[in-house]
Amino acid sequence: MFLDSDLLMSALRALTPILLAALGGALCERAGVFNIGLEGMMLVGCFTAVSTSWFTGSPWLGVLAAALAAAAYSLILAVGAVTLRGDAVVLGVAVNLLAVGLTSFLLRTVFGVQGTFDDPDLAGLPLVGGFSPLTYLAWAAVAVATVLLSRHVWGLRLRGVGEAPDAAATLGVSPVRYKYAAVLVSGVLCGLAGAQLALGNVTLFSENMTAGRGWIAVVAVMLGRALPLGVLLAALLFGLAEAAGFRLQGLGLPQQATDAAPYIVTLAALFLTTARRRGRTTRTTRSSGAAS
Amino acid sequence: MARIPDLAALSKALRSPVTFSVLSGVVIGALFLIGTGADPLAAYGAVIAGSLGAEGIGSTLSTGTSVLGMALALAVPLRAGLINLGGDGQLVLGGIAAAVTGLYSPLPAPLTVVLALLAGMAAGAAYAALAALCENHFGVPLLVSSLLLSYPAASLASYLVRYPLKEPGSSLPQTRRLPEGVALPAFGSSTVTVGLLLVVLAAAAYWFTDSRTAIGYEIRMTGLNSRFTAYAGVERKGLTLRLMATSGALAGLVGAIGVLSFPYRFLDGALTAPGYTWTGLTAALLAAAAPLGTVLASFFFAVLQVGGLSMERTTEVPRELTQVLQAIVIVFLAARLRFPRRRKSTDREPVAQGEFA
Repeated sequence: MFLDSDLLMSALRALTPILLAALGGALCERAGVFNIGLEGMMLVGCFTAVSTSWFTGSPWLGVLAAALAAAAYSLILAVGAVTLRGDAVVLGVAVNLLAVGLTSFLLRTVFGVQGTFDDPDLAGLPLVGGFSPLTYLAWAAVAVATVLLSRHVWGLRLRGVGEAPDAAATLGVSPVRYKYAAVLVSGVLCGLAGAQLALGNVTLFSENMTAGRGWIAVVAVMLGRALPLGVLLAALLFGLAEAAGFRLQGLGLPQQATDAAPYIVTLAALFLTTARRRGRTTRTTRSSGAAS
Repeated sequence: MARIPDLAALSKALRSPVTFSVLSGVVIGALFLIGTGADPLAAYGAVIAGSLGAEGIGSTLSTGTSVLGMALALAVPLRAGLINLGGDGQLVLGGIAAAVTGLYSPLPAPLTVVLALLAGMAAGAAYAALAALCENHFGVPLLVSSLLLSYPAASLASYLVRYPLKEPGSSLPQTRRLPEGVALPAFGSSTVTVGLLLVVLAAAAYWFTDSRTAIGYEIRMTGLNSRFTAYAGVERKGLTLRLMATSGALAGLVGAIGVLSFPYRFLDGALTAPGYTWTGLTAALLAAAAPLGTVLASFFFAVLQVGGLSMERTTEVPRELTQVLQAIVIVFLAARLRFPRRRKSTDREPVAQGEFA
């Protein structure tokens, strides 16, 4: 049987980091900040999680530190895009590049190694019922985000800030505050995603280990139309594609074909979902159009 | 609100976003160097000496060939406000197309070289055009379509050089060496090839198109205000397609030049590992895609990249620091993009501390 519980389990493991990051991206999208810096924030989370766990011996402190460090790192986007009104797309690209440079630099100065830091003494997250605790947290976060966005006054205000900042400001809701909150929360979620990647899925840090997952999360936000449940479905699709890829590899398909599978599946899903609303310019096209 | 009127001239120069962000990058880099216990002056001296000295200039120019090529590739669409994030995929496909042409073309060597360059450009152009079609016909934003397409291209090239095109008997994922003579002529014994001339010619063509032709004007105006140009009759979809095809052709050209230079074969990952695409994007962004600025910025980043190696040798500071510098420059630049002219640069220094301290 191809679609068995093993496949589902590995799909669920693969999707956790993407889901966490994409939820953060969705909140930002709702608040009107186009966040393509998810990849970089995740990578900062990976490095902080591994180094903290290594020096303190506690993976839990690693998770906490990853969340805090990525939130602090997300301030670059918040200050740049919200306060200084810089271009969010360019800032996001810069945030991603800076994270690659910074973590590779620190990998060499702190651990004195190049490429990968990997040690049997590095403590990873324990498994609870086959999954890392962060997997459960990610699912809980979907529920919380759903309720928050659709049922709570904060969510209403956050959406208001994204859709009509002037109207929100007139009603006494500070767009700046809500946008900062959204970006910072996305930083926390990306930090957790990074911790899951570096202490949950595997127990090591390697240069650029996020390998495009942050971008997949950006796409998941688009696919899921910035709805938590939509984002969950999109992440699930990606997780299944990745897990099925590993499975097919076992059946003799070359690794390169399965490496490419998630991206092709994601692109195909984008085709199918956007074909229906053709003619409507999406927010992201416009913000990329104002880049130079 | 100039707080120190005596320094009005200096503050005017500092108010240029480019000067300001480059200087900030250098200053923050110095803080990093002090933090790791190195002498910033010695380190920066090593960067300059290692990249512009007699030993390093050849390396700077050959790195600069790829950086400038990719910077041009990304600048062309950026001039119209479009970001092509798929440079790696187009670069790799250009390289693999050039390698296949170089290996199997029955023509005499010089013609094969020309054919390989054209094949590389065609492959890159076609692949980038595909990303444009995704935006034009399926509504997938270019930013995302170009990036998502990039990964499968890299996987395809990786597959090809591991199986069908693999050099028999080699343990490396690489093609056979191109036949004798199928290579770009080098200057003297250096690693600098005619490829440098090709990208400089491309830069000149870009400068001419940008400043002297109607299409260049349309592109610039689209970048400044796409609604205005749409109203004035510039057809957006066609423009996107043409810009992306040109962009991909340039990226493919860089890939072909890479294959037709030492080690004269396609080695998996060799084209993308140095990060030319991202360095090129950084250079294009720094210059706001202006032709001359792109050339200068590319040279600056090539100096950093090559100089970083000699900095690592003399001061033991990891060369990844130069990557950090590049990104910091862009962070500052992006944050300043729409900053009101009146305010002074000193206003944002607390930001810098908050971000990087």
